[in-house]
Amino acid sequence: MTAELTIPNQTAPEDDVVIHHRTWKDYFTFSTDHKVIGIQYFVTGFIFYIIGGLLAEGIRTELATPDADLVDPSTYNSMFTMHGTIMIFLWIVPAGTGAFANYLLPLMLGARDMAFPKLNAVAFWIIPPTGLLLILSFFLGPAQAGWTSYPPLSLLTGKVGEGIWIMTLLLLGTSSILGGINFFTTILKMRIPSMSMMQMPLFCWAMLATSLLMLIATPVLAGALILLSFDLIAGTAFFNPVGGGEPVVYQHMFWFYSHPAVYIMVLPFFGVISEVIPVHCRKPIFGYGAIAYSSMVISFLGLIVWAHHMFTSGTPPWLRMFFMITTMVIAVPTGIKIFGWLATMWGGKINLNTPMLFAMGFISTFVIGGITGVMLAAVPFDIHVHDTYFVVAHLHYVLFGGSVFGIYTGIYHWFPKVTGRHIDETWGKIHFALTYVGFNVTFLPMHVLGLQGMPRRIAMYAPEFQGLNQVCTYGSYVLAISTVPFLINAIYCAYKGKPAGSNPWNALTLDWQTTSPPEIENFEVLPVLTTGPYDYGDTEEEEKELTAV
Amino acid sequence: MQGSISDKTQINIESDTHGSHHEAHPDHRIFGLIVFLVAEGMIFLGLFIAYLAFRSMAPEWPPAGTPKLELMLPGINTVILLASSLVIHQADTAIKKNDVKGLQLWFGLTALMGIIFLGGQLYEYSHLEFGLRTNLFASTFYVLTGFHGLHVTVGVLLILSVLWRSRSVSEGESMKSEHYGTNNRFGVEAAEIYWHFVDVIWVILFILLYLL
Repeated sequence: MTAELTIPNQTAPEDDVVIHHRTWKDYFTFSTDHKVIGIQYFVTGFIFYIIGGLLAEGIRTELATPDADLVDPSTYNSMFTMHGTIMIFLWIVPAGTGAFANYLLPLMLGARDMAFPKLNAVAFWIIPPTGLLLILSFFLGPAQAGWTSYPPLSLLTGKVGEGIWIMTLLLLGTSSILGGINFFTTILKMRIPSMSMMQMPLFCWAMLATSLLMLIATPVLAGALILLSFDLIAGTAFFNPVGGGEPVVYQHMFWFYSHPAVYIMVLPFFGVISEVIPVHCRKPIFGYGAIAYSSMVISFLGLIVWAHHMFTSGTPPWLRMFFMITTMVIAVPTGIKIFGWLATMWGGKINLNTPMLFAMGFISTFVIGGITGVMLAAVPFDIHVHDTYFVVAHLHYVLFGGSVFGIYTGIYHWFPKVTGRHIDETWGKIHFALTYVGFNVTFLPMHVLGLQGMPRRIAMYAPEFQGLNQVCTYGSYVLAISTVPFLINAIYCAYKGKPAGSNPWNALTLDWQTTSPPEIENFEVLPVLTTGPYDYGDTEEEEKELTAV
Repeated sequence: MQGSISDKTQINIESDTHGSHHEAHPDHRIFGLIVFLVAEGMIFLGLFIAYLAFRSMAPEWPPAGTPKLELMLPGINTVILLASSLVIHQADTAIKKNDVKGLQLWFGLTALMGIIFLGGQLYEYSHLEFGLRTNLFASTFYVLTGFHGLHVTVGVLLILSVLWRSRSVSEGESMKSEHYGTNNRFGVEAAEIYWHFVDVIWVILFILLYLL
């Protein structure tokens, strides 16, 4: 590791090109460089995204007809269980927190690396073997109880698969907590001296809020899983009513993590959007303080809304009222962000390039997901549509329309930074169009199906739902195909794209004030802040100066 | 376990810092450890609240027919563990004065007290009249005390590893230097903080399981 961190002998003065390039072999090592780890997280996550996506296509193909004709119902149960688990724990959480935060935080804060580089590498290297373990369970009778794994159902559907599922989540949770320690410490302690908290890029604020949730909520899931594993393996009855246990206690502990997990999965992308929009609209962000603090408020409120997942679990009415109100209140800080972004765009010189298109796609789909969220927060409505496709539509608008669109926004925005090359715009726009259309065709009809009463998590359905289901299935194929131009474009342009220079967007945050790709310790000389992160075009002259550079 | 990983990790990193970085950044390992313990504390908090929830939902607690818990032995155990927190603090005081012998004495004593505590715990387990599966109270009792016992074990291992390292004298270029000293006592402080954490958890556990 010393060898990796050592900078090769001082470069000759006439040598203008950055020579500290990583070779592909570095990405298979226990590297402590946050940029290598960030890319390791992303590529690993994307591989699992493809696996989880193929499972989704399998699910949609099965649902093209009302009968269980493609796979038998118990295989179907395993497929949606694995789909949910992989997408959440092996794709969005690692890609959002692991990839983006690792790559960007030290660059944005002016640090040479994360606070604990080796811990960072440990956190990453937990993930690939754990993911393989989960995949392995496919061949040993996989878990069937959904990603929520409610007992007593999860205690009845096969010990091996469920045991592997619990172990997988405990390991991924550990990785997530170790990551959280690193992000939290790095943000609070590793900023360059001239940067105060209120001068941090908003992505750092978003990650501060995210890391708090990772540290406070994830351990409680571990507690629930420990008890569940005792029920499964040792025959205790914590959650098994047969032995006097209380399944509802599991639900509370599970959702105490898993609702904040939604914010762990989306807050980093609130940060990404806050970075991307001012740059591509050439305007200062509207309401820096409001956006920064609303992240912290979301983090806090996110911890006290969990039981809105349990309105039908015999939760007493006064408690349901409490959780209904807190859940509705959390729409306020989220709305503050949305209006902040819209007000930033308002009157700006909007450059409709791929990152901006994905950012606007993010806002439009996330608003739909947010509004259906408020609808679901209302107890009477939730009781009506609980466990129907309305919920499936809602959560995909948040996790795909939010998180995955956010991931793509970030990828297109920072591609020149990471590779030093431009990604092709035309193919980027084709990718955006296919994704946006495919996504909405897949998930918009599910709202209607849910309102009509189609239950989720079942391989068969009543014949009258077939028409809309086929629309969803065709949409999902478009969504699958949309990944192909992205992959080809990204891989091709990483090697053959147009050289981008160090700051093609004329952005002001510190991540753009170094070479692209950044050299091994990020900065030749540690930077000093001369502007705020978003001081774009306050006056005509300033903006001219900025774009002339 | 994880504590020991980060312990070793960060020490190595610091040496790397001197070797190849342009400049060393301040040491954030204690801060990181405390953040980690907050997360660890949340596992316990989750389990405590689960225990209280089980208790509040049960018609009778402990369920009818559960033999009463003996207070004598766990009481002594509690006193031993609480006292060990004072003992381990003496080690910190000693190393601040660069007194490695004192560090070894007090750490050795703390480890011994930790082992006695664990022995007492095992003795109690073997003499209880209920097993893991007897009823919900019994299950929570064993899992909570067992999970805490696991942390005590990790704490003892941390203390022993500090003891092991404290005897190694690295013979540098010019002069001999001890592994720990006034200016290099992260391992000592980390073990101490972890030990206090384990102690605090036990007090809450003791009140919840034995006294309430």
